[in-house]
Amino acid sequence: MKRFCSFALVLIVITALFSGCYQEDETIEIEYAETTTQFDYSKFEGVELSVYNWGYYISDGSEGSINVNEEFEKLTGIRIVYDNYDSNESLYAKLAGGGADYDVIIPSDYMIGRLIAEDRLAELDFSNIPNYKYIDERYKNTAYDPENKYSVPYNVGMVGVIYNTTMVEGEPKSWSLMWDEKYKGKILNFNNSRDAFAIAQFYQGLDINSTDTAVWDKAYNALAEQKEILQSYVMDEVFNKMESGEAAVAPYYAGDFFTMYGNNEDLAFYYPEEGTNQFIDAICILKNSVNKDAAELYINFLMDPEIARANAEYMYYASPNTAVVENEDYIAFLEELHPDAYNILYESAEQVPTDAFANLPDETKGYMADKWTALGATITEESSNNSVYIVCAVLIVIILAIFIYDKIVKWKRAKVDYE
Amino acid sequence: MKILSKIYICLIFLLLYAPVIVMIIFSFNSSNSLSEFTGFSLRFYHEAFNNSKVIDAFKNTLILAVVTAAFSGVLGTAAAVGISRMKSKYLRKSLLSVTNIPMMNPDIVTGVSMMLLFVFAGTLIGLSSSLNFWTMLIAHITFSLPYVILSILPKIKQMDKHLPEAAMDLGCTPLMSFLKVELPCILPGVVSGMLMAFTLSLDDFVISYFVKGTGFETLPIYIYSAVKKGVRPTLYAANTIIVVAVLVLLILINFVGRDKSDKKLKTKGR
Amino acid sequence: MNNKRTSLLQRFVAAPYTVWSVLFIVIPLVMVVYYTFTDSNGVFTTVNVAKLVEKEYLSIFARSVAYAFIATVVCLVIAFPLAYFISQTKPRTQKLAIMLTMLPMWTNLVIRTYSLGNLIEDTGVINTALGLLDNPIHMINTPFAVILGMVYNYLPFMVLPIHTVISKLDKNVIEASQDLGCNKFKVITKVILPLSKSGIVSGITMVFVPAISTFYISKKLGGTDNRLIGEVIEDSFLYSENWNFGSAISFVLMIIIMLSIAIVNKFSDDEEGGGMLL
Repeated sequence: MKRFCSFALVLIVITALFSGCYQEDETIEIEYAETTTQFDYSKFEGVELSVYNWGYYISDGSEGSINVNEEFEKLTGIRIVYDNYDSNESLYAKLAGGGADYDVIIPSDYMIGRLIAEDRLAELDFSNIPNYKYIDERYKNTAYDPENKYSVPYNVGMVGVIYNTTMVEGEPKSWSLMWDEKYKGKILNFNNSRDAFAIAQFYQGLDINSTDTAVWDKAYNALAEQKEILQSYVMDEVFNKMESGEAAVAPYYAGDFFTMYGNNEDLAFYYPEEGTNQFIDAICILKNSVNKDAAELYINFLMDPEIARANAEYMYYASPNTAVVENEDYIAFLEELHPDAYNILYESAEQVPTDAFANLPDETKGYMADKWTALGATITEESSNNSVYIVCAVLIVIILAIFIYDKIVKWKRAKVDYE
Repeated sequence: MKILSKIYICLIFLLLYAPVIVMIIFSFNSSNSLSEFTGFSLRFYHEAFNNSKVIDAFKNTLILAVVTAAFSGVLGTAAAVGISRMKSKYLRKSLLSVTNIPMMNPDIVTGVSMMLLFVFAGTLIGLSSSLNFWTMLIAHITFSLPYVILSILPKIKQMDKHLPEAAMDLGCTPLMSFLKVELPCILPGVVSGMLMAFTLSLDDFVISYFVKGTGFETLPIYIYSAVKKGVRPTLYAANTIIVVAVLVLLILINFVGRDKSDKKLKTKGR
Repeated sequence: MNNKRTSLLQRFVAAPYTVWSVLFIVIPLVMVVYYTFTDSNGVFTTVNVAKLVEKEYLSIFARSVAYAFIATVVCLVIAFPLAYFISQTKPRTQKLAIMLTMLPMWTNLVIRTYSLGNLIEDTGVINTALGLLDNPIHMINTPFAVILGMVYNYLPFMVLPIHTVISKLDKNVIEASQDLGCNKFKVITKVILPLSKSGIVSGITMVFVPAISTFYISKKLGGTDNRLIGEVIEDSFLYSENWNFGSAISFVLMIIIMLSIAIVNKFSDDEEGGGMLL
């Protein structure tokens, strides 16, 4: 019982420690655009709006940045309930099972296309989103939302190759770096089937959205060949492994390269000339949202030049908002981040061919999953996996031996007793 | 032998605490790298204390874990006692087999099937949003229960079966005999079961993700959602605070009041 | 009369749990079985299960069983002496030691695994400390790393039940055996080990079962060659969105686990420990 009391005490102290030290940051004066402040927000007093977004995908007030959700609450009186998810797929699983009742979600392009096709998104009323005028024309009339009815671009990005200049010779330009035997054991690839296959498909000039199994077989062969020289399949660990020099070559998003560069200046980045994957994350409203007006005003708020700039500076991803891209402070910010940052995010991004993911039919998805499993099942030549089975066999023999010995001893004793 | 055993204990604790030490070191890093230590700073502690999202997630996690431990402790004890006394061997064995299932199912299967169950039940009753704190609690209790039951059962086996009978012969009601005789015997099992339930609940991500309702986010969910953008040392700082606070309090509790109980032992010995 | 009262209590005591397990364990299980034997249109099929005999799936299954088995044995070998040594200390120290075994698990799995990876990387803490950066001991991305991760994460779940049982062993039994001429080693193997069997069986179940279905540890520490079945299940639920196939894998996994636990129970001659129908 005493233990319980002390245990409860521990919990109380920790909680107190956390909440006690919490202090509001100094307020930052924000100059909103007129299109943000023109609305009469008073009628929304007390309304609750639930937002579902990727993790670390909004400026949260850390290190003097703007806390976007708090500022929105201050301006409008609408309360934001903010949750995070980790991938389009887990978002979809939650939506498909009926387990999510959010107002605003921010999925990527192909997922939006799918949600539109399944009639899960609400049509937006753009009179509530005047800040939409800042969106770059290039990100309008996209393949996933051709009539701009359901989504407003939030941020965009492209996959490129990050490499360590102290370990990689010359200035690579192609995906072939990821198949270069010279860097055996120093190359990383995505640990998710779609992204990993896409790299092999770009490398070989194949269509990333193909439904032809032959295309996936070819990509599979390339990945199987690459596996021999690969260090690991990674997702978030890529940050650690590239920063510490554990790996020399890895594909990842341009914006995240700057995070790594901030910790290791030996790293460099390029978009492979064969072409690469571009994503657009866009804001949508779910059809069953009960606060559609408030949700639209939230979207409008996110498109405000100052707010969008805060987000762009927080995430390091390219912004589809022209008011941000032309902002001098933002350009200076990028300059400080990496001498070539503006060029990487905006200019050179236009010089390589890009393709976006489309939603694949079920059979193709199943085929890709089978191939991905097959890739995971094979082992490379120098692998030590087989020793595991030897150890297993030895252990089983030992356990059996002990067991049998035990039985014999017992049996003998029983015999002696009997006699 | 004594020294050898101490060395062994220390060695295993070194293995258990090596990653924790790495975590503590990097929580004091001056850059946001988790692999290169560039200098000492408290900036991530400042950030952790100023991030209301982290604090909320932390509170939610604690509340959920404590309530889970309490509920599964009570339910698990009742279940273990009940199972061990069942007359029908077949019934007992089938209930024990069922008990193992939540451990066997991979988390994602449990998570998805529970979500479907709750949503289905919700639509039957006519709720618009069927997932909330309670569904999360039910899921957490369900996956912790086998651990609680499995740590109580050995204690019940160990207990002298005649003890409760003797107590009742001496005039105890069944409830009294349970509370006064049996419970003290099996209490260590109950406590370690609850400790496990607390630990499991504290760390669960996959199941929580699927059964969580809007606006109730736990620390693991918050941390996992960072997989695209990378985890930050802020979360290392938050975890360091938990570990260090518990550690300090444990040691304090251990040393304060040591004299008292030692004296008690001595007098008892005589 | 006493008997009647106890039997009433018995029924009452297990009832809430029985209801609970039917609602939240059996019904979801029925759903898994339903998904296993239907296709996406809900028509009966055995395709999902039949697919599992393909050699890729078999080899991943074998790998998962092997890793979990080794991890369980290693955990047992480490945990039994630890639990025993802890039980030999003063009661107060025992409580502290048990809390200390559990405490590392209160940090988040992601962060724990990151830190563990950081320790065993080629450029990680251990290789740096040993000055082996040029010719590092290669640990990460090997089966060793995955098994280490499993042992690290599940060790407390082995220590706790064993310790609970050992700490309350009847001291008289041990003394008696010593009086009858057992040396220390014999006391442990002949008296303590058999008497703590029920704790060991609980521990084995609590380590083996989660280890065989883990996906995070192998994903983060295993590199390219150590994909385990848990990852395949996760993929089929999230990425290929084939819930039927994912259910089929976990259904088969469940059968494998049940068989394994049945074997453990046969070994321990313990009819109550894990309680399998077999």
